[in-house]
Amino acid sequence: MEDYSLIGKRIPRVDGRVKVTGEAKYAADYDMPGMLWCKMVRSPHPHARILNIDTSRAEKLPGVKAVCTGKDFGGWKWGWMPKTRDEPPLAVGKVRYLAEAVAAVAAVDEDTAEEAADLVKVEYEELPGVFDPEEAMKEGAPQIHDYVDNNLSWDFHMDFGDVEKGFAEADLVNEDRFETGRVITGFLEPPAAVALWDSSGITLWAAKQSPYFVYRHLAACFKMPLNKVRIIQPFIGGGFGGTKNDSQPGDFCAVLFSKMTGRPVKFVYNMQEVLMTCRRRHNMIIHNKMGMKKDGTITAMQSKVIADGGGYTAIGPLTMYLTGCMSTLPYKLPNFKHDAYRIFTNNPISAAMRGHGITHTRFAAEIQMEMMAKELGIDPIEVRLKNAITAPHETVNKVTVNSCGLKEGLETLAKDPRWEKRSKGQPGEGPVSHGVGISGTSYLGGAMQRGHQSCGAVVRLCEDGTIDYLTGATDCGQGSDTVLVQIIAEELGLRMEDVDIKRVDTAVTPCDAGSYGSRVTVMAGEAAQKAAQDVKGQLAGVAAEKWEADPQDIVFKNQQVYVKGSPEKAMPFRKLAQIACYSGSGAVIVGKGYSQYGIGLNDFDKGLGDSGTSYSFTSHLTEVDVDIETGFVKCTDMVIAHDCGKPLNPINVEAQNQGGAIQGMGQAMYEEFAMDHGKTLNPNLADYKMPLSPDVPNIEVVDILTEDASGPYGAKEASEGSIVSAPPSIVSAIHDATGIWFKEQPVTPEKIAMALRKKKE
Amino acid sequence: MERKKISFILNGKSQELHIQPWRTLLEIIREDLQLTGTKEGCGEGECGSCTVMMGDKTVNSCLVPAVEADNMEITTIEGLADGDNLDPIQEAFVSYAGMQCGFCTPGMIMSAKELLESNPNPNEEEIREGIAGNFCRCTGYTKIIESISAAAEGMQGGE
Repeated sequence: MEDYSLIGKRIPRVDGRVKVTGEAKYAADYDMPGMLWCKMVRSPHPHARILNIDTSRAEKLPGVKAVCTGKDFGGWKWGWMPKTRDEPPLAVGKVRYLAEAVAAVAAVDEDTAEEAADLVKVEYEELPGVFDPEEAMKEGAPQIHDYVDNNLSWDFHMDFGDVEKGFAEADLVNEDRFETGRVITGFLEPPAAVALWDSSGITLWAAKQSPYFVYRHLAACFKMPLNKVRIIQPFIGGGFGGTKNDSQPGDFCAVLFSKMTGRPVKFVYNMQEVLMTCRRRHNMIIHNKMGMKKDGTITAMQSKVIADGGGYTAIGPLTMYLTGCMSTLPYKLPNFKHDAYRIFTNNPISAAMRGHGITHTRFAAEIQMEMMAKELGIDPIEVRLKNAITAPHETVNKVTVNSCGLKEGLETLAKDPRWEKRSKGQPGEGPVSHGVGISGTSYLGGAMQRGHQSCGAVVRLCEDGTIDYLTGATDCGQGSDTVLVQIIAEELGLRMEDVDIKRVDTAVTPCDAGSYGSRVTVMAGEAAQKAAQDVKGQLAGVAAEKWEADPQDIVFKNQQVYVKGSPEKAMPFRKLAQIACYSGSGAVIVGKGYSQYGIGLNDFDKGLGDSGTSYSFTSHLTEVDVDIETGFVKCTDMVIAHDCGKPLNPINVEAQNQGGAIQGMGQAMYEEFAMDHGKTLNPNLADYKMPLSPDVPNIEVVDILTEDASGPYGAKEASEGSIVSAPPSIVSAIHDATGIWFKEQPVTPEKIAMALRKKKE
Repeated sequence: MERKKISFILNGKSQELHIQPWRTLLEIIREDLQLTGTKEGCGEGECGSCTVMMGDKTVNSCLVPAVEADNMEITTIEGLADGDNLDPIQEAFVSYAGMQCGFCTPGMIMSAKELLESNPNPNEEEIREGIAGNFCRCTGYTKIIESISAAAEGMQGGE
């Protein structure tokens, strides 16, 4: 690393102190005088026509101030693309998944609101439902939306090179069916908000990882200009995509109720509502076909992906796009064909989750590649090294890679003594069999797909030399606030404590696309750097004039400003700030910047072009112990060799890698919604099993350093790579321990025990 | 409905409340006493976000009827720091990146507090067990375990 004061250092989080003392306020912690509670009335059927809603009994209950139904929103619907706006704040006409919100009540306290919700009488005519995407695609299946045929929510078709020619050149062509599970983001803070409608418009304190989504949604829904919609961000208790990147029925109802009653209105979902109704990761079926030469070279890949979309579109088209456009990384693939289908069912809505789209198809391709290598007698590392791309590289669908640490990562793992502990095809006989697996995957950083993608920053100099920093980017836990402050302080030669990052407030902070697609450090970071440089330029002008020097020679370091080569021409930053602010009639020193990395062109219809500004590469080793009797897997160790370019805050990068890997471990090994005719059978944290501290392995993170000019100080993605690399690495390790390939996630002890029994017979 | 009087010590201060008997300890801490550092995650005693100390033991305050707090000493996350001086566990969580979103953090720190009070020198397995009732979705636990281990060492006078 260059000679930086803060960049590249293990700087503690700027929000650490308020989070360990309990001072940090989350949406549910807000309380206002006269505040009402909002509760949702939810459908007991997964697919039904709403015949009548009788709210009279609820309205008569003492303490109830308002009741609303879907009709009160005037037919407004939202969705990710103009042609997929199919989701109303409350169901209108019919419900499409179980526990969909059909009405809402506002009352003086939570208990009264709950009681009132039970008094809303809804008459339904049950409709036949469809819960399996492959069934829902068939002619004659129950139709969930009128605007599409055969429940086809969205499809993508990509075709590059000539797959038939590629398969003909191969020595081995395999076809396999893979499946990824029904999992949820798993944030602990349920969605919540407090809404206030008054003469200044709408104000919402809401748990949102991308507050500018709900800002636009509320403006559109309530026909308000954007300067009358104010989203103020509390601290966010985890996001991970999907739900907190989007609006919730509760948001719209709380705002409407505040408009109706003139009082602040709060809603907080309970965990059952979260697990039954919030957006989940799509579960997908992937039919994968791969061609390979005897030396391990991949000649072609063809994938057919079928995703269970649930009742509405949400952000599903992007999910399907990502399943394909990123399949050409991180291995050389001259011929690629991809057909992806998102299918409506009467299940809860599927949407984005950390590792968005890519985790599914990469899992399939990674495992299939290793299965074929095994058939051809090629070592798992060797087959990956054989096919790994090196930078610079352009894929067959014109994804451009300027830096790539995959080979170095794989070589790091190959040299690790733990890799030598693998069974190499001689799994132990028990009672506990040891296995080691690897994977090598890629993820995009600085997502740039359709629409507004830029980030802005405003840096305001205070006359005492301290800094107010305004960003629209949200830290939902990933640590971006800390990195952004590091960038500002680094540029201006200040200390962390000299820069104060303000909470996002759409009335004052610059508009921001949101926290998704590993874009905040890359894009909000670029904006922050430029805004700080803008202030620095203005101050350098003042200093240069005073010292009769070239502004280019003014150096900002260690809270001092000086002329390069003339140490006598120096003063504290604070002094220069005073001079600058008091100069003339009193100058206002404000710096602004916005990111430009994200302004690129990709062909969304064809799957052509870059979906990110840069790409990270993750090589992931996992060690497991498998109990041969019970099928229980203990994941003991992981080594993650991650190429995030330059880690701007290594402790944060480690933490992101570790957290992502464990979320990936949960989905690979045990997390899964049990479903029965659209009903979630395990909507609680006892039965929906997320990893706890005794379950997790020791995780070592190795930074693979690469040079990439497309991020501030060379930073690339660090938040999502390991959730993509963990599942194939774990499944590879379980194969090493058992000799069995598992192609469906989660790989539960039951599946392993059954497969081992079958193998014995 | 008849209200019941309860008296208890909260973070070192005496409190007297007249409460409806069905209310939980979590509700009175968050709503009546306005201490919102203690969080409600699942409300079913599974996630540990609402962990507080009752006497010298931690409880899931979402499951504890508030009447059980009568004559007890309750400590919440707000009761750990002494003015500007953080508890060593809090210090360690800041220094070792023991939190990300921070929502599980108050409960996690209270579990760590109980652990280190009963076992000042825990090994890694004991730390893992000590926080086994607290979900964290962000960190993968590694940095939490490191934070607690560092806090224990610091409290022993080590580095």
